[in-house]
Amino acid sequence: MKIRLDHVIKTFETFRAVKDVSLEIESGELVALLGPSGSGKTTILRMVAGLEYSDSGSIHFDTQDATDIPVRDRGVGFVFQHYALFPHMTVAENIAFGMKVSKVKREKAAIEARVTELLRLVRLEGLGDRFPAQISGGQRQRVALARALAVDPKVLLLDEPFGALDANVRRDLRRWLREIHSELGITTIFVTHDQEEALDLADRVVILKDGQIVQQGTPEEVCRDPKSAFVMKFLGDANVIAAEVRDGKAYASGAAIAVSGLPDGKAELYARPADLDWALQGPGIPASITRVLDRPDGRRVLATAETGEHLELDVEPERSVKAGDGGFVTLRRAKVFAV
Amino acid sequence: MSAISSRRKPPRVGDQPLFRRALIGIVLILVALIIVAPLVVIGVEAFSKGWAVYRDTILHPDTRHAIMLTVLAALIAVPINTAFGVAAAWSITKFDFWGKRFLLVVIEIPFSVSPIVAGVAYLFVYGLQGLFGEMLDAWDIKILFAIPGVILASMFVTAPFVARELIPLMQAQGRDLEEAATSLGASGWRTFFSVTLPNVKWALLYGVVLCNARVMGEFGAVSVVSGNIRGQTNTLPLHIELLYHDYQAAGAFASASILALIAVFTIIAKVALEKQGAGRVQPAANSAENAS
Repeated sequence: MKIRLDHVIKTFETFRAVKDVSLEIESGELVALLGPSGSGKTTILRMVAGLEYSDSGSIHFDTQDATDIPVRDRGVGFVFQHYALFPHMTVAENIAFGMKVSKVKREKAAIEARVTELLRLVRLEGLGDRFPAQISGGQRQRVALARALAVDPKVLLLDEPFGALDANVRRDLRRWLREIHSELGITTIFVTHDQEEALDLADRVVILKDGQIVQQGTPEEVCRDPKSAFVMKFLGDANVIAAEVRDGKAYASGAAIAVSGLPDGKAELYARPADLDWALQGPGIPASITRVLDRPDGRRVLATAETGEHLELDVEPERSVKAGDGGFVTLRRAKVFAV
Repeated sequence: MSAISSRRKPPRVGDQPLFRRALIGIVLILVALIIVAPLVVIGVEAFSKGWAVYRDTILHPDTRHAIMLTVLAALIAVPINTAFGVAAAWSITKFDFWGKRFLLVVIEIPFSVSPIVAGVAYLFVYGLQGLFGEMLDAWDIKILFAIPGVILASMFVTAPFVARELIPLMQAQGRDLEEAATSLGASGWRTFFSVTLPNVKWALLYGVVLCNARVMGEFGAVSVVSGNIRGQTNTLPLHIELLYHDYQAAGAFASASILALIAVFTIIAKVALEKQGAGRVQPAANSAENAS
């Protein structure tokens, strides 16, 4: 099922949550809506589900205009951030609920068979008789997914699916959701504020800010070629260094890097910690080390430039650096945006 | 480790033997004086003239009529107020609309206003000199000093009970469950009966029990609108007062013992329901911790 949003706008009282968003999602695609809180990502998801109606614009499922179809008839599977499992029903009853209330009548045996099949799919065999309060958070999330999948939705929508879980469970579930998606091939949209989750899981990442799409593309595209300082900062740690562009080069206190397509004048240079290196000789940004943080996969150096800027850079584990050392921060690569 | 920690309790505020004993002692004495003693008196006085007088009082046509009227008022007022309470709680917690906060305050009014004020207000609305008085008189509809007035006054006084129990619970539960049910294809009715209602049923019953107790015990508002007509518009509480003023103390206490008995049943039901309510929330939270 292909989904198309066309100039969708949504205002809550006076707050404009979604400002003119147009978006196409291909059939079978797994798309992440990524943005900070208040960026409108959940509102977009809820509009696709029919839990909110847009003020203007349209939402199409394939060629069908779904804008005014109520949630009940829209045929979407929605997984809520806090699972929204029915606490008075067992796991199996939760999963069967959609099939029992459906307008399509099903045989009792068929419902039971489908519940068993779904419990196997979400790897919860034998837990059908438990109540939601008797299983763990990760298990609840899988029940919520099985319940949403039970009615054979055309689209699967997940609102911060792993937000309430701890880091290890989250990583496992992420991989597992990816497997389920490849197995079922169902068009899936999920909302997250965690850039790592979006990049790990999605075919395509749509980055939102203040109710508007600021960039979309594959994880590779958005990581390698962020189009704005916001995307650069939002996707991961970044150093910001004041720079000046002259004749196709950006200069930042002793360091220089080639840039293209930027007018001469003031600019900001963005570099990830791994884009920077430490050297005893210039050319580079003169700095002194204030602290070294040791991590399993390397060492992070916190340094203060002579100009007063705080810089963070990653060096390999073998490098001997210590607080108090003086030297130069050199640029491996960087993104420069005009200010 | 656990043995030590259980023996050595950290000191609490005012946790000295003298203070503790004095406080508990004062509370016990006050409970005995204020609550227990009057109840004992009811029981003793009711049977002071012997079992035969007690039985005669209870079986007297006026007493039986008062009991019937009280039960009738409860049978009508409680279901209506239950339906009202569910509807009010549902609309306040699940929908957004203009005037929602105002509605919340209005629902609470019967709690804060003296019932006698409600009774007098009904006089002004339905009384002969009142707003609809002439119209009602012309159509020969009797509301005041008749059974409809008794029921209306009871309904006014008990209107908030069910809604007040449901609103905080339904607010805490949010809309997620209903949204999940509709997204799975359930109709509005189906969502209400299979998702909303089962999750509030103990609170609902609790509200109904309190509402019923209040309808049966209501005195102030009903006494203004009923006119105290023996064997016609007298409810049990009014009947007790009448008997008492007639210097039939034993009869008054006998009738009062029926109300006291209803109160005892109400408390048993209330405690049982509280256990159900607590029983559903408490262990669930614990087992969730264990499982994760």
